[in-house]
Amino acid sequence: MSTPVGSRPALAWVVNISVILLVALWTLPTFGILVSSLRDKDQLAVSGWWTALTASERNLVARSAPPEEATLQDGRYMLTGNVFEGNSGEVTGFGISSREPSVFAVGENAELRDGGMLTVDADGNYMIAYSEKPEPGRGHRIFVSTVEPPRFTTENYENVLFSEGLGKSFINTMTVTIPATVIPILIAAYAAYALAWMEFPGRALLLAAIVGLLVVPLQMSLIPLLRLYNTIGIGKSFIGIWLAHTGFGLPLAIYLLRNYMAGLPREIIESARVDGASDFEIFRKIILPLSFPALASFAIFQFLWVWNDLLVATVFLGNNEEQLVLTGRLRELLGSRGGNWEILTASAFVAIVVPILVFFALQRYLVRGLLAGSVKGG
Amino acid sequence: MVLPDIKLVQAVLVMVLGVAACFGYFWGSNRLLDMVYPPRGRRVAENINAANGIRPWLFLGPAVIILGIYLVYPVVNSVVLSFYGPSGEHWVGGDNYAWLAKDAAFRESMRNNLLWLFVVPAAATFFGLIAAALTDRISWGNVAKSLIFMPMAISFVGASVIWKFIYDYRAEGSEQIGILNAIVTFFGGEPQAWITIPFWNNFFLMIILIWIQTGFAMVILSAALRGIPEETIEAAIIDGASPFQIFYKIKVPQIWGTIAVVWTTITILVLKVFDIVLAMTNGQWGSQVLANYMFDWMFRGLDFGRASTIALVIMAMVTPIMIWNIREARKDMK
Repeated sequence: MSTPVGSRPALAWVVNISVILLVALWTLPTFGILVSSLRDKDQLAVSGWWTALTASERNLVARSAPPEEATLQDGRYMLTGNVFEGNSGEVTGFGISSREPSVFAVGENAELRDGGMLTVDADGNYMIAYSEKPEPGRGHRIFVSTVEPPRFTTENYENVLFSEGLGKSFINTMTVTIPATVIPILIAAYAAYALAWMEFPGRALLLAAIVGLLVVPLQMSLIPLLRLYNTIGIGKSFIGIWLAHTGFGLPLAIYLLRNYMAGLPREIIESARVDGASDFEIFRKIILPLSFPALASFAIFQFLWVWNDLLVATVFLGNNEEQLVLTGRLRELLGSRGGNWEILTASAFVAIVVPILVFFALQRYLVRGLLAGSVKGG
Repeated sequence: MVLPDIKLVQAVLVMVLGVAACFGYFWGSNRLLDMVYPPRGRRVAENINAANGIRPWLFLGPAVIILGIYLVYPVVNSVVLSFYGPSGEHWVGGDNYAWLAKDAAFRESMRNNLLWLFVVPAAATFFGLIAAALTDRISWGNVAKSLIFMPMAISFVGASVIWKFIYDYRAEGSEQIGILNAIVTFFGGEPQAWITIPFWNNFFLMIILIWIQTGFAMVILSAALRGIPEETIEAAIIDGASPFQIFYKIKVPQIWGTIAVVWTTITILVLKVFDIVLAMTNGQWGSQVLANYMFDWMFRGLDFGRASTIALVIMAMVTPIMIWNIREARKDMK
């Protein structure tokens, strides 16, 4: 709004900074998940995602070759090797006990218990020098701290999609969502037309009942429906969940569509009637095309709601490998792999990426639907 | 490679069949009606009247039947089930209600639910109002709005994973990968296992829902703010009101109605939310809420009677809002 108040420069600054802060607070959590899901899993486990772009420090434990392999050079017995065992890295410090993993700087000498002198250089080569032939035994443990460059990978995604069963759940969620989004729209559209443009006794009462049903808690319906399903033999199936989502979505669909259709100009409908069009034709050729914005906004609502639902899917679809939806899988992973953040972050991102894409693509319609449904009372 | 699953093909098929069946039903039934009562011939007036009496019910039929099965019947059935034992077969009278009155976990759920009912709608509406007022004044307001609104698209379970990562706890001394503990230790505090702290953990769970719902509140309140007539604001400016005075004394009072709608919508949602608690704590450490407690008795306790009784308590808490909703809608439709 461009009131003169808003244009005072000092205030404009405060407003801008406050909004930046708000936006940061609201996007950082999701952003953190996205960054983490792309990080190497070892780095993810030891450093915060906000350090993803800086080199990370890690402690490694290596074991030297056994002392008896020491060879005689210049009158001393020498044992050499590399702590990275084939990989590369940069050593920043080393130690000989787990309590002080990096007490010595690169190039310093550390005296081992069996008399050897250990030194490690920056590229990981170690050298143990003995003045006398050492006793045979196990190799020494060498503790080193290293600095690793940041590593990003898509490995986590490959892992969750193909071995954690998320790919299958993704398809299950699609399977639930597509019919459960389209079918209620049709049924609701006809009902909304009847409520908006047809005169019949009991219309006001029916409308009131639908508004009332808008707030019936889902929890109410679960047990009776589960018993009903078991009695008539639907059990836990996709048919059952499609119908359930249709039922639960209908009150909002009818309410939104009726409000929209009732607002269409009366003249169009009446002139069509005068021209001899039947209700069915008016609905199909005039109302349906004109109601596109409302249909779209409800479709987005229903899509988001069905995609994100956990309750209905848990009750009517069951928890077996074949039927688990994304939300159910995510919840299961939270329980069983609670510490494996590389799996959890990648899974969470797979589960939220489709609704977020739909949301950003069709936001305009979603907002329109929200306003039609909610500002009415105000 | 994820192969195109047979189920997905089946789903598309069902969708096509379903849509075809719907069209078939509406088209067929309307044709039938026209054949029984043709709108022509000797008795045209009577026929049209008869057809007009029946036709609305052809349009409404499927919706009414589905609503009846999926919403009306369950409400009635739940009331009946609340008087029966675990499997829904033995009449136990008021036993379930007596049990509920004495149950400690139920009291805890009620206390937490009341906390949720007070804090979440208040906070989400408050932040939504602030976000709406601020974003309306800047050039990149629409981008900011989209970003604040985005959590609306995320499932409660997804949001739980996101926030559990924020609350992640590592023992003191090791590097924190949860940002909250990282901030706390940066300022010299001790890291905490946030979601296991009794009582306060409720607030850490509520933050998740507030985060999701603020965008919703913002969008609706922003539309309401834009609907305020310019004159009242201009008059206030001429009288020398400060921006804060204009906001709290001129703008907010004019959108009380919308604030009430946002508040009640979020309240209804709060009563139904169980996913967040289920995923974060499953009701441990004193964070149980009614919806999750009901789910618990349904699946782990396998007691349909007790679960139905808890569902009725949730229903009872929504009923006043339901009545208010119907009143508002009827006022609106007159």
